[in-house]
Amino acid sequence: MASYKPVVVPVQPRLGEKVTQDTLYWRGYKIHVYGRYSQEPIKTFSRFKDAAYCATYRDDGKLLVAGSEEGSIRLFDISGRAPLRQFDGHTKAVHVVGFLSDKYRIFSGGDDYSSNLWDIPSATEIVSYSEHMDYVRCGCASKLNADVFITGSYDHTVKVFDARTKKSVMTIEHGQPVESVLLFPSGGLLVSAGGRYVKVWDVLKGGQLLVSLKNHHKTVTCLCLNSSGQRLLSGSLDRHVKIYSTTSYKVVHSFNYATSILSLALSPEDETIVVGMTNGVLNVKHRKPEESKEKSQKKRQPAYRTYVKGRNYMPKQEDFYVSKPGKCVLRKYDKLLKSFQSSKALDAVLEPHIRLYTPEVTVAVMQELNRRGTLRSALAGRDEKQISLLLTFVTRRVIEPRFTPVLVTVADMITDIYQPVVGQSVLVDKQFLRLQEAIGKEIDYQEELLEVLGMMDALFATLTKKRAAYLEENKSNGLTKTLEQDMNN
Amino acid sequence: MVAPAALRVVRCGGSKLHGARAVFSADARYLLCTSGDFVKMYSVGTEETVCMLQGHADLVTGIQLNPQNHLQLYSSSLDGTIKLWDFTDGILIKTFIVGYKLLALYALANCEDSVFAVIPKSGERDSFQLVSVKLTKTAGQEMEAKELSVILDGVDESPKHTAFGREGEYVASVKEVNLQVYFFKRKQMNRFSLSATNTKGGNNRFTCVACHPKEDCIATGHGDGKIRLWRNFCHNKEYTFSTLHWHHDIVMDLAFSVEGTSLLSGGIESVLVQWHNGSDCKKDFLPRLGSAIEYISVSSDGTSYCTSHTDNRITIINSNLRFSKSIQGLIKGRDVKTGLVVDPRTKALVLNGEPGHLQFYCLQSDKQLYSLDIVQQEYIHQAGLNQLDLVKVAFSAQGKWLATVEEREETDLELQLKLWVFDEETQSFKLNTRINMPHEDHITAMCFRDRDEFEDDSPMLVTAGKDCLFKAWVIVEDTDPEAQQSVSWSCDFVGSYHNYQATNCCFSEDGSLLAVSFEETITVWDSVTWDLKCTFCHPPGKIRNICFGRLTCSKYLIGATDHGFLCCWNLLSCALEWSAQLNVLVLQPDPLSEHIAAVSWLSKDSSLFVFKPNKPRPICIQRNLCKEKIQFAAFVPRDIPETIVSEKYLWLRRSQLYFLTNTQELMTFSTKSPEERLTPSSKQLAVEESLPMTPFSLLLGKHRQQSQEDVDLGKVVIHNHHNQDSPAVKELLHTPAHVLPSASFLCPIFINSLLTSKESKSAEEIADEVEMESEEAEDDSDEERDIIEMEQDDLRPMDFLGETTCRLSKSQEKELRKIRKMDYSWISSF
Repeated sequence: MASYKPVVVPVQPRLGEKVTQDTLYWRGYKIHVYGRYSQEPIKTFSRFKDAAYCATYRDDGKLLVAGSEEGSIRLFDISGRAPLRQFDGHTKAVHVVGFLSDKYRIFSGGDDYSSNLWDIPSATEIVSYSEHMDYVRCGCASKLNADVFITGSYDHTVKVFDARTKKSVMTIEHGQPVESVLLFPSGGLLVSAGGRYVKVWDVLKGGQLLVSLKNHHKTVTCLCLNSSGQRLLSGSLDRHVKIYSTTSYKVVHSFNYATSILSLALSPEDETIVVGMTNGVLNVKHRKPEESKEKSQKKRQPAYRTYVKGRNYMPKQEDFYVSKPGKCVLRKYDKLLKSFQSSKALDAVLEPHIRLYTPEVTVAVMQELNRRGTLRSALAGRDEKQISLLLTFVTRRVIEPRFTPVLVTVADMITDIYQPVVGQSVLVDKQFLRLQEAIGKEIDYQEELLEVLGMMDALFATLTKKRAAYLEENKSNGLTKTLEQDMNN
Repeated sequence: MVAPAALRVVRCGGSKLHGARAVFSADARYLLCTSGDFVKMYSVGTEETVCMLQGHADLVTGIQLNPQNHLQLYSSSLDGTIKLWDFTDGILIKTFIVGYKLLALYALANCEDSVFAVIPKSGERDSFQLVSVKLTKTAGQEMEAKELSVILDGVDESPKHTAFGREGEYVASVKEVNLQVYFFKRKQMNRFSLSATNTKGGNNRFTCVACHPKEDCIATGHGDGKIRLWRNFCHNKEYTFSTLHWHHDIVMDLAFSVEGTSLLSGGIESVLVQWHNGSDCKKDFLPRLGSAIEYISVSSDGTSYCTSHTDNRITIINSNLRFSKSIQGLIKGRDVKTGLVVDPRTKALVLNGEPGHLQFYCLQSDKQLYSLDIVQQEYIHQAGLNQLDLVKVAFSAQGKWLATVEEREETDLELQLKLWVFDEETQSFKLNTRINMPHEDHITAMCFRDRDEFEDDSPMLVTAGKDCLFKAWVIVEDTDPEAQQSVSWSCDFVGSYHNYQATNCCFSEDGSLLAVSFEETITVWDSVTWDLKCTFCHPPGKIRNICFGRLTCSKYLIGATDHGFLCCWNLLSCALEWSAQLNVLVLQPDPLSEHIAAVSWLSKDSSLFVFKPNKPRPICIQRNLCKEKIQFAAFVPRDIPETIVSEKYLWLRRSQLYFLTNTQELMTFSTKSPEERLTPSSKQLAVEESLPMTPFSLLLGKHRQQSQEDVDLGKVVIHNHHNQDSPAVKELLHTPAHVLPSASFLCPIFINSLLTSKESKSAEEIADEVEMESEEAEDDSDEERDIIEMEQDDLRPMDFLGETTCRLSKSQEKELRKIRKMDYSWISSF
């Protein structure tokens, strides 16, 4: 026997935005912070309008800085949510940011060819170097000297800047667009990656090439050192991560991944290697824990095992699977609709969180009430405040094509019901005028659209050779298509 | 096999199950209800039809258990007879010929030799009287029962309007706004009447009446949803009544529980209401019973209730108001808008079912396979409420896709096109795409491009609408990563022709051409490039139906106009091939052959013409199909091609034609004589003597019974003993459960042990085989005789199916083997 069927809230596909592989990767424009062992983000910073790049911790792990596609740099407190500071100055995307070792300054490199230095407390630019001839896509700060930082660019050069000077102090020619740079903890050696090469330079000798490694067969995109500085890791588009010994510069190990690697990081104690790939997957590998650890004598906690008991049981071949029907929890408006309390159901969907964030629910319930023939009585008998609220909602949403048919009926009914009391409340009168204005605007807009459509039809009619039939070919007529999609929604 | 029988029109799909109140047998294990001219007996435990009592020549109007013998049943019918049945054996005991149309039947425990019936008053129209019919106890099958004595005059014809009170002391009858109570002993008649409308404008008309089984209390239902409980009605003046009001509309039926402690009421809200102790404050509900409740009946032991619904369903409900079972025939409560569609997967007939549902109805077993919820909205049972209704249905060729259109018209039109994909895992349809307002106006036709090789990669749907457009919908890969499915449907092409309304659409067999009719013109489009290829018209008539020819006739396009012309155009020459004057209502091509069936309406009755497009001369003409207009028709493929001798009816060999009249009557054609048609079904309905209570006892009981029978017959069943002796079984039974391996491992061993091994074959059987081989040699030499024999035999396998459980006699076995060896390769040539 049938049970109560909840109101169906239609879901509409979002129009317009083209989804590419790139948007898949950068979808959401968020910074996720993952826990040490969890596979899910424990924290998310999502105050970005466009892609976020190069999220970097300060050494003490209290602050986090990130560049973004829109050109601004944001500084976050780990425990907070909103950015503490925002640094505006770059005119194009900022792909690289980092803290200087004094902890109070930030360097950045942007697609506007400039490398900047920022002061955190005042959120102002200290100095801007416009020496690179192409996008600045990588950089790092010296750990020994708080004034020195290095940036690498697609103009094939790596430049060393000193914050105390107005110009770069050293330029190194890598030979290929530089994808990644790295300074050894000692500050004496510099590693740069670009093209298929990883090159190690001696900074103290004025930028002399020490060794050139060519172990990848596609562009090397990222570099990383381990905590002790004995191993150098490089990740490449050829899906490999290679590990070199920094004494012999020989490959001692390599990892194979599913797709091309874009970024690479090691955790401070080298327990975890994290790799970001082009298919949007973040790959986390944990090192096996060291053996022969003495067992802790702590009292065993039953929590986890008891909790998962029976939940992680894998069915065997001969097992029969008996599914338990889940309990259906009705939403508040459904409960009210089930007991035929129309007015209260309408009140329930006019609550701010539903009205503002999921207007489709409100409209679906209005439609359901209309279908039941009780919409008029649900709308009637409301006080000034409620009418004004209803009218605000209608005015705001009536021009959305997906809501128009229902809300036009609602607006009709409201004007019918409350016609006798017009003029008694200034608030309601104002809302009525606003509604009139909104509808008038929409009508003008639609008329204009129809005019354009008419013109285009005329153009197409002269273009087509066929006289017998009047065709509306979708592929050639973009406007018709969008209109139609609107209609379909 | 049979002499070429005439084609007969046969009703199918069962008749209304809600003709009269259903009756529980005394032990509440069987439920008896009327079904057209028959009385059907259902098992309450299994919902199966146990037995069908046939014998009445017209609609059965009432059934009552014989109060003296609870294994007997009285039934009354419009044919003027009362029949007494032994329903457990399905035997007709007696027929009493009354001679009047009987509209309702009542039987009382204290009136041994008479029953009560409502008959029309002679000489007056629309006037009925309640009479008692004296049933003489003389021997003999048929007897006259002419001894009628009028008890009440001016009663209503409906069986719900009359009820007998406690121990048959009085009878209450309602009509319009009057209640009359007649006391048998005092021969006193009391009349009570209400004003037609009360002060609040409610409708005071009586709709039903029920009497309390223990007390002097009458419950009446009213048109405005009120229930009145009348007491003290033996006094004409000092009577009292109390009112119970929950129903918002007409109360359809009332029933007291066995002890009278609670009152059940039902109405069009499809909610069963249980009122406790006749008070307004304490009541229980059982909502969402599907459709309006027509009758309520209570079993004599009080354990279950049963409600008959207007949509041809019977619901059995436990006494604690828990839904228990439902017996469902073909739902035909309402207007069928979708037409008759055949599901290619199950070969079931698909049409409107419950409101907003699509029913899949199996024609062979007269059972609803399942009901698919299309609208997915709570249905409000309220008169005059305009709710979303299903109007169009189409299946793709392999049944992978289902397209449905639902609409609701109030001030403006609400249209939805839904596309469903068949989910192999759940074996049902899953919603894939929902399109709001696919057209600005009503959708008039919808069809899939049913080309097999297109099925997987590019199915296409075409919809034609009154907004002068037709649209082609195709599958597109979903680019939205958050969508749960990879494909969805979207519009590919919109076409129109001179701003005429599109009325029909149809794809050619290979899917390359699409024909769309626009009022008077048929346009033919290339389905790949969407070029308009050519147009046909036959002025001045507007096109009513179109279809393409199939197989060898694929170059023809058939169209029927509403000016009474049937035209056939040749697509190669683009010229009219032939036309005939015929007012065609329905044009239906057979998917498996070239034949096309056209149903015409000629002033008073419908006729059927079957033709091939290449010849204007019809193959078969069947006039006077029925008096009603035929709305829809469908060819349903047969599972096994039927052997039809007559050349004229060869078109019925591979598929069967079903049609639906505007009175919602489903009919088909049969070439067999009525007796032949009935035999297999009645054989199948063997009476179940002992009804097992659980599936386990069903298994075990049958096994025990069978072995017992075998012993009775003196036949020692070898394998029965064998499997108990088998070491595998012994091991299985004696090993402790905790050391046994898994059941899946034991299963093959156990099953193998049940099989008789080849070694234990008796000597007799071996001799049989030798004999058979020699017969085979004979058969080879004499082929002609073989075919004749085979034709005689080919109905036998059907019979055998019914008795696989019992042992076959030797001669039968021999025959069976002969059939098995027969060469059936000729079938494949069809």
